[in-house]
Amino acid sequence: MSRLRRDLMANLVPAVVAVLASLVLLATVLAILRVDPVKAVKALFDFGASERAQANQMRTWVNRSVPLFLSGLAASVAFRMNLFNIGVEGQYRVAAVVAAAVGALVDLPGPLHILLILSVAMATGAAYASIPAVLKVKRGINEVITTIMLNSIAVGVIAYLLREPFRDPALGKNANPATRPLPESAWFPGFADPFGWLGVGAPSREVGGFVVVAVVVGVAVAFVLSRTRFGFDLRAAGRNATAAEASGVPSGRMTMQAMLMSGALAGLVGMPQVLGEDRAFSINFVAGLGFSGIAVALLGRNSPVGIGFAALLFAFLDRAGPSLQRVDIPPSVVVISQGVIVLSVVIVNEIARRLIERAEERRAGAVAPAPPSQPTASEVTA
Amino acid sequence: MTTVSSGSERAVPTADRPPVIELRGITKRFPGVVANSDVNLVVRSGEVHAIVGENGSGKSTLMKTLYGMHHPDEGTILVDGRPAVFKSPTAAIAAGIGMVHQHFMLADNFTVLENIILGSEPTVGGRLDIDAARARINEISESYGLGLKPDRLVEQLSVAERQRVEIAKVLFRGARVLILDEPTAVLVPHEVDELFDNLNGLRAEGLSVIFISHKLDEVLKVADIITVIRRGLTVGTVGPKSATARQLAEMMVGSELPLPQTRESTVTDRVQLAVSGVTARGSEGTTVLADITFSLHRGEVVGFAGVEGNGQSELVQTLLGLLRPQSGTISLEGEDITGWPVLKRRERGIAFIPEDRHRQALMLQAPLWENRILGHQWSKKLFARGLLRRKAAIRDTARIMASYDVRAPGTDTIAGALSGGNQQKFIIGRELEGDPNVLIAAHPTRGVDVGAQAAIWDRIRQARSNGLATLIISADLEELIGLSDTLYVILRGRLVAKLDPGAVTPEELGSYMTGAATADGAGESAGDKA
Repeated sequence: MSRLRRDLMANLVPAVVAVLASLVLLATVLAILRVDPVKAVKALFDFGASERAQANQMRTWVNRSVPLFLSGLAASVAFRMNLFNIGVEGQYRVAAVVAAAVGALVDLPGPLHILLILSVAMATGAAYASIPAVLKVKRGINEVITTIMLNSIAVGVIAYLLREPFRDPALGKNANPATRPLPESAWFPGFADPFGWLGVGAPSREVGGFVVVAVVVGVAVAFVLSRTRFGFDLRAAGRNATAAEASGVPSGRMTMQAMLMSGALAGLVGMPQVLGEDRAFSINFVAGLGFSGIAVALLGRNSPVGIGFAALLFAFLDRAGPSLQRVDIPPSVVVISQGVIVLSVVIVNEIARRLIERAEERRAGAVAPAPPSQPTASEVTA
Repeated sequence: MTTVSSGSERAVPTADRPPVIELRGITKRFPGVVANSDVNLVVRSGEVHAIVGENGSGKSTLMKTLYGMHHPDEGTILVDGRPAVFKSPTAAIAAGIGMVHQHFMLADNFTVLENIILGSEPTVGGRLDIDAARARINEISESYGLGLKPDRLVEQLSVAERQRVEIAKVLFRGARVLILDEPTAVLVPHEVDELFDNLNGLRAEGLSVIFISHKLDEVLKVADIITVIRRGLTVGTVGPKSATARQLAEMMVGSELPLPQTRESTVTDRVQLAVSGVTARGSEGTTVLADITFSLHRGEVVGFAGVEGNGQSELVQTLLGLLRPQSGTISLEGEDITGWPVLKRRERGIAFIPEDRHRQALMLQAPLWENRILGHQWSKKLFARGLLRRKAAIRDTARIMASYDVRAPGTDTIAGALSGGNQQKFIIGRELEGDPNVLIAAHPTRGVDVGAQAAIWDRIRQARSNGLATLIISADLEELIGLSDTLYVILRGRLVAKLDPGAVTPEELGSYMTGAATADGAGESAGDKA
């Protein structure tokens, strides 16, 4: 088997099989819910009748993909090191509120202002992720537990910050708490008519320009993981911590670094919304992206390209919620289908891994026929 | 040499009853390795049957076969003279065979009673019958002298008490044959005596015990009959009265002269690695290395003999930088490296062949070329300014595979797909290719076939003549004697003897290892202050 074919087998085939399997499962679920599957699928692919509506749907699709992609990327970096950073959720929200508050306090020329806010967000995310990292390295506490706890703490911390120190003083007494609005220099530019080449009109509002940042970050992460010494150490420690340790890769340090990198990436997750849409952090800030990111990372098999596709798929389903509602299908079908897809992927991946391993063993066995290994009779009777 | 001839010499009336357990011609293969080959074993009721052999000789494989954990490729198991096929341990238990594992499998937060009944709870109409269970356990405890207190929590018990709970657990399930896997490994001497009293109690009740061990003095003390296994074959069966520890050691180790001869000395007087007064504590705070002093010269192979668990792994870890010594110094070419991290030591030329290649040397899921990089992240050949030179790594991997005869389809084959021998040849190639000046090799030929073994010995000899200083730890005494220029015996973390491999026999070595013999100049042995 050529290398290319094997890579295809290992990556693409399982994904396709998983999606097909989940479609079958989904149809069953829909049948139980007494929803006409054909109607549901039609609604899923319904981008609206007018060109404007179609453009808007595509805008929603792209805009929703971006934070999912970043969140998946954040989760995947920790996964590579065998760390389950369930705390992307808390990390991105704390990072967003701090970055929004800091951003509103300073006045800088455009690009610098944005750069400062992004840096603050990444630093805050990393700082919040450093708590479970330190606890894990110094005290051996499982990061799953600490990150889940820190997610709850994050909710309280954000509520406090919005009530007291970060609250926009210009807001009325009964208004929803929010940070001060960001000055215009911190607004992230967007694309007014990015779908023209598809023959669709311009959407009602700009498509977030953060998609460019996401792509750049994705390429950077892919490069760091696969081409640098740091990436090699990280993957080695994740694959076999004992062997890595004996080869001079201290697992404690790698745990710290992977967790900090994961947290820094998590810090970017809320940025498209803060800089591109809300231009502040309010109580209505979107929640749950951290958890979706875990699913996206699983679906994308921790590879940046895979995560990109997974994020697009999840966002595609997300944006179909209203269309489903229009034809009287409960929008929770979207969440169900995402769950079904992730489950199928996890199962299919595991099966594929075993099949590939067995195929490899056969291949290696064909080159090296197992030589006999018992001592000869003379050696034994002596 | 003549081994004690095969066959039971015991004058025990066996009547006409068939043996409780009989294994006939058991053969078990794993990819690339034959773990058991035509093994025969007869266990009668009321006997303690010891199975002795070196690590990796196939004892555990055989017991797993008997306990239904895997199936033999050939051969039959007879229980009470009738053929039996065990699809799982459950089937073996049903046939009256129970196993006490070396690592206990007890729930700490359960009581003794709960642990014993777990999985075979007596019930009345669907409800747990605690009273019946308690009665049974007390009965078992009394008749075999186990001294169990059913309501104590297991976490409060000592190791010896936990072991008795494990034994009771097996008896509770109606076992007539108990397999004890290295039961004394975890016990202190007086606990060992207590265990032997318990075994005598079992024997008196007509139960059979299969006792797996490599501690020969203990075996001679407790066993009615001893079967020796070497390299997957039964070498012979002897009675404890007719054999000495020395004869057993001979049978375990094999009698033929060591193959890996390296007599023409290449030892120089240049000290490559000097270890002086190193004392280290293990994770439980016990002293695992006590005042270790030795030196390794260019072109020298220094062997360390010892029963597993006497500080060999810790010595390796200390030299590699994974374990910080409490006191003492390690120096490489005169430079103190005691505080250096692992990678810096590796970069300065310490190569490492670990005892457990799957755990310590390979990323099984990763392609060979990535595995080639492991431990060599310092190499300019593989990384340029922090960036991975993928093509160079792949090319280099191909070269190593060719020159070390690693048989695999390509450099992108995952390491886990290779046979043990090929994995080991790959590791040795990787380690020797870094142009090291010190090689630390732990069990370099463990679990590899004869062909690969010869190739590995060749490589070590060749490197030695090129000036490599090598430290070898091995359970294969032939290998140690054959390859080493100097031999140390390590016992309970101390170097207890320094021997001349040209003059020592495996039997003598074996008795030093178990502490049966002591060097006249034992004090001198640690005095190699080069």
